[in-house]
Amino acid sequence: MISALDLKLLRDLWHLRGQALAIAAVIMGGVATLVMSLTTYDSLVRTRDRFYADYRFAQVFALLERAPESLAERLREIPGVDRLETRVRAGVKLEVAGFADPITGLIFSLPDGAEPELNRLHLKRGRLPAPYSPDEIVLSDTFADAHGLQPGDRLAAIINGRWQRLTVVGVAVSPEYVYQIAPGAMFPDFKRYGVLWMSRASLASAYDMQGAFNNLTLSLAPGTPVQPVIDRLDLLLTRYGGTGAFGREDQFSNRFLTEELKQLRTTARIFPAIFLGVAAFLLNVVVSRLITLQRGEIAILKAFGYGHLAIGWHFIKLVALVTLLGVAAGTALGAWFGQGLAAVYMETTFRFPYLDYVLRAEVVLIALTVGMLAGLCGALMAVARAVRLPPAEGMRPEAPVAYRATFVERMGLKHHLGQPSRMILRHIERRPVKSLLTVLGIACACALMMVGNYQKGAIDFMLDIQFRQAAREDVSVTFIESTSGRALNELRTLPGVYHVEGYRSVPVILRHQHLSYRTSLYGIAPEGVLHRTLDSRLRPVALPPDGVVLTDHLARAILHVGVGDTLTVEVLEGRRPVLQVPVLGITKQYLGVSAYMRQDALNALMREGPVVSGAYLGIDQGSEAQVYADLNARPRVLGMVANSASIESFYATIGEFVLFYNTIATLLAASIGFGVVYNSARIALSERSRELASLRVLGFTHGEIAYILLGELALLTLLAIPVGFLLGVGLTGILVLAFKTDLYRLPLILEPSNYALGASVVLASALVSGLILWRRLGRLELVAVLKTRE
Amino acid sequence: MNTAPLPPNAAIFRAQHLTKIYRMGEVEVPALRSIDLTLCRGELVVLLGPSGSGKSTLLNILGGLDTPTSGDVWYLDRKLTGANDRELTQFRREHVGFVFQFYNLIPSLTARENVAAVTEITRNPMPPEEALRLVGLEHRLDHFPAQLSGGEQQRVAIARAIAKRPAVLLADEPTGALDSATGVVVLEALERVNRELGTLTVLITHNAGIAEMADRVIRLFDGRIAEIRRNAAKRAACELKW
Repeated sequence: MISALDLKLLRDLWHLRGQALAIAAVIMGGVATLVMSLTTYDSLVRTRDRFYADYRFAQVFALLERAPESLAERLREIPGVDRLETRVRAGVKLEVAGFADPITGLIFSLPDGAEPELNRLHLKRGRLPAPYSPDEIVLSDTFADAHGLQPGDRLAAIINGRWQRLTVVGVAVSPEYVYQIAPGAMFPDFKRYGVLWMSRASLASAYDMQGAFNNLTLSLAPGTPVQPVIDRLDLLLTRYGGTGAFGREDQFSNRFLTEELKQLRTTARIFPAIFLGVAAFLLNVVVSRLITLQRGEIAILKAFGYGHLAIGWHFIKLVALVTLLGVAAGTALGAWFGQGLAAVYMETTFRFPYLDYVLRAEVVLIALTVGMLAGLCGALMAVARAVRLPPAEGMRPEAPVAYRATFVERMGLKHHLGQPSRMILRHIERRPVKSLLTVLGIACACALMMVGNYQKGAIDFMLDIQFRQAAREDVSVTFIESTSGRALNELRTLPGVYHVEGYRSVPVILRHQHLSYRTSLYGIAPEGVLHRTLDSRLRPVALPPDGVVLTDHLARAILHVGVGDTLTVEVLEGRRPVLQVPVLGITKQYLGVSAYMRQDALNALMREGPVVSGAYLGIDQGSEAQVYADLNARPRVLGMVANSASIESFYATIGEFVLFYNTIATLLAASIGFGVVYNSARIALSERSRELASLRVLGFTHGEIAYILLGELALLTLLAIPVGFLLGVGLTGILVLAFKTDLYRLPLILEPSNYALGASVVLASALVSGLILWRRLGRLELVAVLKTRE
Repeated sequence: MNTAPLPPNAAIFRAQHLTKIYRMGEVEVPALRSIDLTLCRGELVVLLGPSGSGKSTLLNILGGLDTPTSGDVWYLDRKLTGANDRELTQFRREHVGFVFQFYNLIPSLTARENVAAVTEITRNPMPPEEALRLVGLEHRLDHFPAQLSGGEQQRVAIARAIAKRPAVLLADEPTGALDSATGVVVLEALERVNRELGTLTVLITHNAGIAEMADRVIRLFDGRIAEIRRNAAKRAACELKW
């Protein structure tokens, strides 16, 4: 049997449905952001872990020049090694019919007649190459999909300088190459970089590695620390040209994956914290005002003999129902968006073969707790205020609140204001806290919009700085091996190439105290035209003659060094010298992390002549295809990265994901914004309908009373917009501080369009709310107001 | 159309066969049943009757706040029945002053400004100060409603109603929320306005004692006029007791 009070509850809820829905929309916005972000993060982490385990992702990796297969036995004896697999790994150039740009790739051997011990392939289509088959290969799915290649299709490869025709028999994903990126590239480029697998015997014969290997991976027995194994390996592999073994944390794909997930986790914390925080605040304000309006009813219930607890419980149920509605809708919407988000993620960045979508109960619980706490705090404070009154007093109309002339009037502007304008100003000034909260609420809505869509402009800015100020080359070319500077002259003669700058890059480990980072040290032209370093104000600066210049993020966040400190540079190439080099500068860079020196200084450190590893080219517009074809025909050119393709691929990968996230965040921010503005307006109407109806009776027109109510809303909205801008900048600042990874750091750039969007959502919400109020004002009960008190 | 010189006994309101039926769901509740009535300039009329007798409905229709189900009402030569919302608003704005049981002052405006709120939207009003002087509040001009007693608030409401020099002053239980001593002061204010400005004043009450100050007493019962009585010797408000 449903009690009378519960019946009242349901009726009240129905009566307040507009506002209840608007409040639920605010909660929904916050909760959906939380659920979407956390489930996406949880799902990707879980998927990664399962994929790594199922497909035996190795724990230690090592590259070397060449070692006899017999060495493997000795390596397996290193304590802690569980499984160890030797491989042949070769850089290749690929040719796909109908695609003229240079394609580079990596080709790995697969054991003949056995499943790989480690880094097993997940076949999406087709099969593994037949043992000893000379031309059968498996392609990485990103590359295959980018070119529409299917099992049975053919392509050509230049392995070890020899042109060879290959047949695709399978398309696969490897835990080792979830994130595929060409060495030296900033972003993945699925069309111009691919990973291939073929029979060990065939690859060894093509690459002159019979009975030998140049790559090994291993897994560890449970509980084995990584570093001792790496140290042992390094010791044993040095004489075979080892370039330093490394663990998973330095494995390329895994490192990017980790960084991206770190980024996502930050997003999953900061965004919902901001959204839910704002939603909770708004909920609190709205609910407390809603209950203050129920003052009379509370008095009547008390007069009937209901106790404080019963009354409190009654309103708690009211708020709880609305909150539940919001949490449920937010969870459903968030889960739906989360799946979409994870799908975009897998399509653009990380090619997991499957997705383990998880919605943890804790996530829903967090949402429920925050929503309920916010709603109930607002409710309880208002209910406590209301039940404290003796019933008789509560049933009487609230004593007219004392007003006074406002500041504006006292300033002497009184004569410019009619009575309606004075009413607006005095009403605002009389309840400063309430007015302030309304302004803050609307400002939060504006700020959320700015946070939600700020990344688009930031990404544009970041890419512009990177590719128009710092790395201005059209193409960067890598040579198969370090070459004499004379190779550059050859490039200069190519038709369409107007500028060439050589660079030397050396794989290094940078160490400072206990901190270290594996990267490449670039030796570039000191006053380069194409590739330049920028100071903190983004102006190009010349490199100092000796010593290194580090990316700001690398110096401050990773290695904790400043200008003047000395860095230990452990070269992983050639004689593998360990050098002490002073840090002479810090360069501002939003993308990636690098260390730079003057090329001559680096050559001197390496005790070599003017050797280059590659070159930056400036190409005349329109001659790209010709230059690409010429470069492709040069056997010494291993690969090239075109900046335009990089930008394109950034937008297609990380960019697309970020923008998808932003679109949704913006939508949710808009729903929160509308909920706030609409509720503020509706509550203002409830609070003042009697006063306005009285004026209507006295002969004020519909328009004149609307001016009083909507004028206040308009004034508060207009006040809220600049406050919202300030808040938006602040919240974006928090976001920027939290968003710093090796991959990229977003600049705090807010464009006019960010402000415009924030303001226009608020204005549009105010306009729609105003129209609804206008209609409601037309239906004011004039007669009733004569007889009722409140 | 302005009210300015009207003959002393001109008929301000004429009602013919005025009927009002409220529909409450499926039940029809007749509030007025074919009322015929003429109200003239300068009269002080008291509408008397128990609750539910139809007095408020009649007052609301006369004041342009409600429309009859059938029958007609004329204000001077203008037919109110059939007028649209805009026309009724204009009518109230220019010709009708209202006084409510619960004063309905705007709390954010001072006494003077509450009056000014109305005078600002009408042609040829009296200055707010003068209206407040008429109700004896010339010393409370800049007080906000919260700073005034109930009787004072009601007198501000009367000043607000008359400041536009309306032809009609409609007061629905103006003393209903006041004690009798304060009520008398309010009635004196109404009386003075009626006398000095010649405003047709229609006063609703269920308090028979108040009826003695009227020129005419119209007693309503069950939606019909039960009795119209002219007071041969009307008494001054200050002599009333209840």
